Amino acid sequence: MTEFEVPVLSIKHLNKQFGTGCAHCTNPEPDALIKNYCKVCGTVFACRDVSFDVYPGEVLGVVGESGSGKSTLMQCLYFDQEATSGEAYISSYQNGLKNLFQESSQQKRYIRNNLMGKVYQNPLLGLKIDFSSIGNIAEKLIAAGSRNVEMMEARGTDLLGKVNIPIHRSKEAPKNFSGGMQQRVQIAKALSNNPPILLLDEVTTGLDLSVQASVLDLIKSLQRELNISIVLVSHDLGVIRMLADRTMVMLDGQVIEQGLTDQILEDPQHAFTQQLVHSLL
Amino acid sequence: MENLLEIKDLEKSFTLHNLGKNIRALSGIDIMLKEGEFIGITGKSGSGKSTILKCIYGTYRLQQGSIWYNSKKFGPINLADASNRQMIYLRQHEIGYVSQFLNVMPRTTARQLVKQAILEMGADYKMAERETEKILLHFELDQELWDSYPGTFSGGEKLRLNIARAMVKKPRLLLLDEPTASLDYVSKLKVKILIEQLMKEGTTMLGIFHDLEFMNNLVDREYNMHNGAFTLSS
Repeated sequence: MTEFEVPVLSIKHLNKQFGTGCAHCTNPEPDALIKNYCKVCGTVFACRDVSFDVYPGEVLGVVGESGSGKSTLMQCLYFDQEATSGEAYISSYQNGLKNLFQESSQQKRYIRNNLMGKVYQNPLLGLKIDFSSIGNIAEKLIAAGSRNVEMMEARGTDLLGKVNIPIHRSKEAPKNFSGGMQQRVQIAKALSNNPPILLLDEVTTGLDLSVQASVLDLIKSLQRELNISIVLVSHDLGVIRMLADRTMVMLDGQVIEQGLTDQILEDPQHAFTQQLVHSLL
Repeated sequence: MENLLEIKDLEKSFTLHNLGKNIRALSGIDIMLKEGEFIGITGKSGSGKSTILKCIYGTYRLQQGSIWYNSKKFGPINLADASNRQMIYLRQHEIGYVSQFLNVMPRTTARQLVKQAILEMGADYKMAERETEKILLHFELDQELWDSYPGTFSGGEKLRLNIARAMVKKPRLLLLDEPTASLDYVSKLKVKILIEQLMKEGTTMLGIFHDLEFMNNLVDREYNMHNGAFTLSS
């Protein structure tokens, strides 16, 4: 089947293992591992042969139980972790011909600062907690090559306004803010360089319902207005239902099922997906 | 391709892993739908009527058979092997689905809901705004409701909004899943007028109805279902 669109982000055969592996677990026998753990050498296979495409303006949901490799996958995409093997291509980088995982660390930093934004579950990871909020945004802009203070201030104010942080608090450090506000500063920071790809890792986990709603509404409206492509990791199927066009399900580091979000929720095929969906309803 | 939709030997079953069961929902379903035709499906609850529509719309994945649809964008395409992205495109531009339940997006007003549907088709913002007002007026939705949340609407209002949202896209193929269930007489009449208008505009429709009287005056042909198969057609 020929595709009629070009993916923005394309991941092929991504593998990530923690540990060196041994003769026992590199041998492709089905019983070599306990879940994704090798009992002989202790290697954990966090992502196993993960492949997917993300298209312009779409939200791809990633669900799975804790420990299924969702966050590791996101860390590999943002170069927080080095992928053990695999390929990644971004259509707007070198015409999508260069494997990002094999680029130099300078180039990786360029990609991360200019073509991607990431929001972590824990705001401490995405923010300098005792810098001012607007300074946090400026930091990302400077990393992306901006040098004009006036322009950065205008951009920062504009973004903080978009995520509903009052202007008079923009010079305050995120450590003074509530969790929901910190999360919104993080989103503003991630968006500051107009990235075509946004990675969201459990952004609403741990927030109370009304704050959760405002963060979700914000993501939805930003995605509509700016047509950003989003990879959204969540174990909350409600969040996935609301935001994701397509969804993939991970278990023990592997993608066990993917499809339209309504397919996954209404006609789950794999035993684990069925269990997950039934736990919700 | 001569017909707009050709379903051949459709089979669908559900495997429930936790119960160790396999439930067959449909077998040997064949449907031919010409452009501009309106076919009705009747049958008892649980006979598999909605399952057919969900297979066409891509919500359910089938085990066997083919669903050929003559797309404007892709030409003849078997929906059973269409990619997810193709299905998303078709849902946004060509195939509409109206269920008896409105899937309300939380904190989205009626106006935003319709506008979003128009924007998905690639219209610009201004035009979407104009079209939204036009269609809401047309569907006689109380102006007071335009900027409130559909979660608070009555069944009839929800349904009209639901049809409005599907209709505004002028789909080539419209799937109606009991569009008159739980409506009073006046609301039913309104829905009927809307359907008649769609027929006049040449929309091809496949609908499920419990209200036989309502259906008989509208459809070109009808199928009756029992236990996941057609029993008689006329």
